[in-house]
Amino acid sequence: MIYLALFYEFFKVGLFSIGGGLATLPFLYKLAERRPDWLTVQTIADMIAISESTPGPIGINMATYAGYQVAGVFGGIIATLGEVAPSIIIIVIIAKFLAEFDKNPLVKHAFYGLRAAVAGLITFALLKLLSATLLAGGSINYLNTGLYLVFVALVLVFKKAHPLVWILLGAAIGLILRLPS
Amino acid sequence: MKEISLWALYFTFFKIGGLTFGGGYAMLPLLQEEVVNRRQWASEEELLDMYAIGQVTPGIIAVNTATMVGYRKRGILGGVIATLGEISPSIIIITTLATILLRYKDAPYLQQAFSGIRIAVCATVTMSIIRLMKKSLVDLPTILLYLLVVASTVLFSLSPVIVVLVAILFGIVVQNIKHRKEGI
Repeated sequence: MIYLALFYEFFKVGLFSIGGGLATLPFLYKLAERRPDWLTVQTIADMIAISESTPGPIGINMATYAGYQVAGVFGGIIATLGEVAPSIIIIVIIAKFLAEFDKNPLVKHAFYGLRAAVAGLITFALLKLLSATLLAGGSINYLNTGLYLVFVALVLVFKKAHPLVWILLGAAIGLILRLPS
Repeated sequence: MKEISLWALYFTFFKIGGLTFGGGYAMLPLLQEEVVNRRQWASEEELLDMYAIGQVTPGIIAVNTATMVGYRKRGILGGVIATLGEISPSIIIITTLATILLRYKDAPYLQQAFSGIRIAVCATVTMSIIRLMKKSLVDLPTILLYLLVVASTVLFSLSPVIVVLVAILFGIVVQNIKHRKEGI
């Protein structure tokens, strides 16, 4: 049954992604590999754009969007509930038994490794995203690559700007240059 | 102490979820305003502790923090209700947007706009990674682990689940070796 499969897949995403919304990305790319009928590399890029430019936690927005694409309104709800279910279980256990969880040396040590690995996993997700956006059928799309470099420079200079600014600017440039999909 | 109503929990976190742009880190000021100043459900220190725990537990930081505040106030049901409040705006907004976008997905102007948006997204994600690398790659072992993770996921398509588990072990082992060296 599709709803059960959705719940199970997003339960796994919620259980293993640690450290913010983008940390769910590598799991979503893996999911796209296993279930291309659910998600494609391109829909993930659109999903990030929509999730970054709407209110709410990015990880939750992405789960709702992905679930909706797979199985409609109810699919979006089920995927989101699947993603938050591990949180509820784990937090209740920690709040009950481990009051000083974040100060535990073992947890601190684990995070020393975990943070670096999460940066690596999100880099993997970025490479997937870049290859879908900047490569067209194996060769480099120079226009897109040039635009990407300009955007990176802008984002680095205007660090404080909200992601929504960049997404709107991207949309405007896409319309002005009539970028092909 | 007066018992907090489940409705108040739901509504407060609905508001926080609906007003937070950009996920976990952007949510802290709103949490402070609502939970500490307005509702006085927790002191500043308690909230920061809960937020810190939310960051080091699996799942979405905003959801973890909501669950913890709800649980402290009204037990397991409180945790569930606060979380449902936090995620409700996302479900409503994203579902509405997705319905509209998927209906017009073949419109040329929408495709052109999204082609541009995808490039912008690549840049914002690049920025997030740079920020994350500055915080997390603090010495040689973490830099090596980072490179190893990138190589093994790209070249051998290693599962992220395995990466997470190995990284936890790696952190504990490397820190123990460091501490032992310092001890001698």
